[in-house]
Amino acid sequence: MMSVLYALLFYVATALFIGGLFVKIRQYARTPAPLKIPTTPAPTTQSGVAYRLFREVALFESLFKSNKWIWVLGYLFHAGLALVLLRHFRYFTDPVWWWVELVQPFGIYAGFAMVLGLLGLLGRRIVIERIRYISGPSDYLMLLLLILIGSSGLMMKFVSHTDIVTVKQFMLGLMVFDIRELPTDGPLLIHLALVAVLLIVFPISKLLHAPGVFFSPTRNQVDNPRERRHVAPWAAELDK
Amino acid sequence: MAAYQAPPPEYRELPDVPNKLEPDATAHLSPFLAKPDHNESIGFPGELVDNWEEKAIDKMGELLGKYRSFQVYMDACVKCGACTDKCHYFQGTSDPKNMPVARQDLLRSVYRRHFTFAGKYFPKLVGARDLTREVLDEWHSYFHQCSQCRRCSVFCPYGIDTAEVSMAAREIMDSVGHGQKYCNEILGKLQKVGNNLGLPGKALKATLAEFAEEIEEDTGLPVKIPLDVEGADILLITPSADFFAEPHIDGLMGYAKVFHEAGVSWTLSSYASEAANFSMFIGSYSNLKTVAERIRKAAIDLGVKRIIVGECGHAWRVAYSFWNTTAGIGSGAAEDDEFAQKLQKQLDHNYPIPQHICEFTYDLIQENKLRFNKSENDWRTITFHDSCNVARGSRMGSWAGGQFDIPRAVIKAAANNFVEMDPATIKEVTYCCGGGGGLLTDDLMEIRVKGALPRMEALNDVVEEQGVTHLAAICAICKAQFAKILPIYKFPMDMITSTHQIVGDALVMTGSIQEKELDGTDDDSDENDTDSSEES
Ligand code: SF4
Ligand code: SF4
Repeated sequence: MMSVLYALLFYVATALFIGGLFVKIRQYARTPAPLKIPTTPAPTTQSGVAYRLFREVALFESLFKSNKWIWVLGYLFHAGLALVLLRHFRYFTDPVWWWVELVQPFGIYAGFAMVLGLLGLLGRRIVIERIRYISGPSDYLMLLLLILIGSSGLMMKFVSHTDIVTVKQFMLGLMVFDIRELPTDGPLLIHLALVAVLLIVFPISKLLHAPGVFFSPTRNQVDNPRERRHVAPWAAELDK
Repeated sequence: MAAYQAPPPEYRELPDVPNKLEPDATAHLSPFLAKPDHNESIGFPGELVDNWEEKAIDKMGELLGKYRSFQVYMDACVKCGACTDKCHYFQGTSDPKNMPVARQDLLRSVYRRHFTFAGKYFPKLVGARDLTREVLDEWHSYFHQCSQCRRCSVFCPYGIDTAEVSMAAREIMDSVGHGQKYCNEILGKLQKVGNNLGLPGKALKATLAEFAEEIEEDTGLPVKIPLDVEGADILLITPSADFFAEPHIDGLMGYAKVFHEAGVSWTLSSYASEAANFSMFIGSYSNLKTVAERIRKAAIDLGVKRIIVGECGHAWRVAYSFWNTTAGIGSGAAEDDEFAQKLQKQLDHNYPIPQHICEFTYDLIQENKLRFNKSENDWRTITFHDSCNVARGSRMGSWAGGQFDIPRAVIKAAANNFVEMDPATIKEVTYCCGGGGGLLTDDLMEIRVKGALPRMEALNDVVEEQGVTHLAAICAICKAQFAKILPIYKFPMDMITSTHQIVGDALVMTGSIQEKELDGTDDDSDENDTDSSEES
């Protein structure tokens, strides 16, 4: 019974996640950027722009310039999350890819780093007057959601062990549309349900910053307006 | 509203200590509304239209579809708070709505209500709200307390640019007949007469002749400031403030001297006697294009080969970043792009188009073509204010960051005493003068004074510690703003200096009185200072 419910939940969540994200990314990609507005100094070549975006995504360069505390906490969270996600590939692959094996030992500490970072961010949100001012209920809820996902995951590892082999069978089954047995211990069910919620809200929330950063004209444009004429289709109409 | 009389905010002891929030501290500051004829003259409804709420939302939807920046920035903010303490208006007022993210939220809340699932069904959860009269008033107030300087955008992990949001907000307000007087009135004048001042061609000619006479008296050389000369090589487009305001005029005379010494043929245009293009401030693409096309037309009519832009910040951003797009003034248009090719075929692409006057002077310095007597500037100790639009919205030279290096190199070539302000207040992270973005009007004096605080603090440091006497700028708005603000902060008004005034003062022109004085009868004592020694 629980297995069927969760299987359905995951199918729906994944569909909404992929569909929603597809719609948003298509929207970003199709919306023209009529004017050259890179925040200068900006790279003057396409490869320079790729490097700028890489630094932004991999190192949080702008955030580093801005505020070291947010940078440390944000980085802890995101780097932790990245490792944890990579580690989770082991539940979807059989045999497990070699590089997933490689991150495995780090993945566990990463879980703690992630939750620590999130708690720090939550603390900042509450304590710092400026950030409290700009925070709405959804901002707190998002942090709580992530904290609960992280801590329920950690609980399965360190407090009440889950039968991970069966979970993996369930996941592998989902991918071939075969609903197999899912263990029913609390932390696992909470963890999975919240992950499904996260997938569902992703395309309709501020989590859109993830695709958004790649489409941000102040970061992804080449600084060459004098050398190349840049005209959006709707603007070209006005030339006539 | 009377001009702001109260004293400026106190310098902060430690700028690192965050401001204590004072909600609605500047809610009362709202610029005059544009009159119907101002609005109508540039294509907007005269007064607030009947069903303005609906119209405004429609306009927002239209802009979301036209500008990727606006669409992405409405979605991407995670409320991390990195930008919250970066805005000079926040630093000067402590009003939380002057925090860049909070300013965006004034619009984002309405975006969420009308364009997002969460905002439609769970408005409370995500801080979505309907567009009401109060919201409109709040927009008019706080989107005119943003100078669109883009400082916040440097620090945002997603590059969210509050300037883009402000422009969209102003465009939406204009589209329902709720525009700002200062910008719209000036744009109307510009489109009617050719410059922001409304100075007609005849008067301009007389003014320029006076300046030329003054230079002749000073140098003994028949330096000309030509107007409407067909067939000249270079068209100079400069802010009209250069024709009437101090210290702008001295900058113009500096350009004239440099042009004369370079031996180039150049001209101003009475039809396009304005570099400023306030259309950017109000986010209006169509006006941006209309105004830029005046320059295109002047260039075509006069048959020039090069276009050089005088000292102006937002104008340089428009020229550098937007002229090619909106009017084809630039290089590299496609072969079949008839509109752009019509002009580009005529231009000389061995030079950057458009070129900044500082780039022009810098190139001459590099080629050893200008001789300076730096000691003429020894009575000055100079620091340089990077204008926000030049720093973060444009470039000079062929390398990223040339917009910082070139003006400094020009100043250092002409003067011995140069000092930098606190690195946290210059170059990429420079502070706006406080009067940019369409705020340079008396009805916004209070926010102009308060927004100047971070710059005045940094200036005060170098005045007290390093004896700085002059603040050089390359922006007409900065110059006008500082001329007003400096005395309020107890600095001498004439501290503010045009960069090309410094150049002009030290330039030793061939055959000039200065050259004779310097060289006596024989010319062996010539000290050709073209190399910038790095004193600071
Ligand atoms: S820095 Fe960017 S993402 Fe962070 S609060 Fe400001 S606008 Fe939002
Ligand atoms: S663009 Fe400049 S004035 Fe506007 S919010 Fe950002 S920092 Fe403030």
